Amino acid sequence: MSWENIKGNKMRTFLTMLGIIIGVTAIIALITVMEGATNEITSQFTALGAGKVSVTVTGTPMKSGLSDQDIENIAAIDNVAGVDPTTSLTRHVEANGTLVEDVTIEGRSDCYFSNTPELIGSGRGLKAADMDSHSRVCIIDGTLRTALFANENPVGQEIVFGGLTFKIVGLLDDDSDNDVMSAMSLMQGGNDGGRVIIPYQVALRMLGTGSVNSLTLYLKDTDQSDATIQSLKETLNAAFNYRDNAYNVLNLDSLLDTMNTMTGMMTTLLAGIASIALLVGGIGIMNMMLVSVTERTTEIGLRKALGARPRLIQTQFLLESVMLSLMGGVIGIILGNLISAAIAAWIGFTFAMSPSAITLAFCFSASVGILFGWAPARKASRLNPIDALRSM
Amino acid sequence: MDDVILSMRQIVKQYPMGDEIQTVLKGIDLDVKQGEFVAVLGPSGSGKSTLMNIIGCLDTPTSGTYVLSGRDVGGLNEDELAQVRSKEIGFIFQSFQLLPRQTAVENVELPLIYSGVHERERRGRAEQMLERVGLADKMDHYPNQLSGGQQQRVAIARALANHPAILLADEPTGALDQQTGRQVMSLFHDLNEEGNTIIMITHDIGIARHAQRIVRLLDGVLTEGVAEDA
Repeated sequence: MSWENIKGNKMRTFLTMLGIIIGVTAIIALITVMEGATNEITSQFTALGAGKVSVTVTGTPMKSGLSDQDIENIAAIDNVAGVDPTTSLTRHVEANGTLVEDVTIEGRSDCYFSNTPELIGSGRGLKAADMDSHSRVCIIDGTLRTALFANENPVGQEIVFGGLTFKIVGLLDDDSDNDVMSAMSLMQGGNDGGRVIIPYQVALRMLGTGSVNSLTLYLKDTDQSDATIQSLKETLNAAFNYRDNAYNVLNLDSLLDTMNTMTGMMTTLLAGIASIALLVGGIGIMNMMLVSVTERTTEIGLRKALGARPRLIQTQFLLESVMLSLMGGVIGIILGNLISAAIAAWIGFTFAMSPSAITLAFCFSASVGILFGWAPARKASRLNPIDALRSM
Repeated sequence: MDDVILSMRQIVKQYPMGDEIQTVLKGIDLDVKQGEFVAVLGPSGSGKSTLMNIIGCLDTPTSGTYVLSGRDVGGLNEDELAQVRSKEIGFIFQSFQLLPRQTAVENVELPLIYSGVHERERRGRAEQMLERVGLADKMDHYPNQLSGGQQQRVAIARALANHPAILLADEPTGALDQQTGRQVMSLFHDLNEEGNTIIMITHDIGIARHAQRIVRLLDGVLTEGVAEDA
């Protein structure tokens, strides 16, 4: 009886389900996309962020950046595995008679490569010996390699920038741009001509300065990061005469926590808004069920006269509304996942179905069916057969 | 009195009508014996439908006792009444009341579903009933593919399906032309001769004459009357 009625009124059934479909689709798409994006951000952060503390120095009028001594002091702090002072400049790069404009030259230390060995595609990274001897060696990225050397192997070749000749010792992996830091420097620098990494002392000399304005600390034990950051701040305070607006310490772990909290709140908020659609859909189902009870007064009366128990009538109507909302729910789950997959492909993160979202949507739509089907079902079961049959 | 299948004593039915209470049935006494064919004759507004609903256990009387197949129906709850309707009463309505989206045989199966007959047995019994009313070749027709007389015969087959104690017909020929009406009445005669107890409610004396016994209902009071009276 329930199924026949659903089949018999296809248009009405579809319109009734639409509310549920939209609600469930919205919830599924929102949760899945948010989860996917959050996972993507988290994994990118963990790739770079775990066990790292980033320090940015604005300096004071007396002292514009960190001196070699400051860097040594920071490196001596407990739990610090290594310090990677970072500086960056933009130069034209030339090799084989080809000129590439606006290349980002990054000054870094050997720590950068020893802590993230996966950055190197071929050749080698910077070594401690390069740092000590201020060697004119460099590591270039894929963009620059394509521009300067086409398909040749660049390792061992020489390039010229800032009036100096550098020997290429390594090539960055193509994925190295997915690193948050380089993405950030790209945002700041804004040029995409390529990337060259050289020992930071050499870069400082090219800039004509002796002080560093940005560095990354690698920690031995991430659990003790709070204590280490405390010591770091003390060291920095001492270096800048206790003017704490002279620097900024960014712990990527705590940043990640904050971001997770924020995306979590966003998901809840958006899912809450989407569930309003489910509520409206539920009311739609209730309305259709009430109309259906009124329309089928005679049929209900006849069934009662033929011996159907009130409970059976109630069950049938309840079943009908649950079937309606579950069908809507299933269609919504499929649509929601399709939309999420499309968005994932478009934005570029890995699509993964969210079992929790599916469970939530399924339970939600089933309960909408029960909740809003209850009153009409009860009305049908209580219908007086005489009134029902007389309405003919 | 052993073969009395239906016994009503001082049945009163009142309905609230605004501030007043309207008494529709004013103390009905009725006994129907096993195998009888009784017509309840009355003009519209005499309380016929109310009486039919009480006989059919679709409604309960305000006061009085009603014993059907040896069972006092007065004290039963909704579920028990549903069971009595399912097992003891075969309804035949003026407007047939077939479910339009089901075939003839499915319509006949419906009361068998409610009385809990097993699925395998249902189809066979429904087909048997349709054969009995002469519709063996129309089993899989939908109601809108059948004539009025055929539809009413499907309804009769449906009423017979559970071998009820009484067949309760409400103006069974009301929606049919005279000739088809006569065919349905002759089917009633046959069914009665096979031992079925029939109670037929009508306002039409011509139809009522087909019964063995006529009782007249006027303003909520029932009087015995013989067919020749009219």
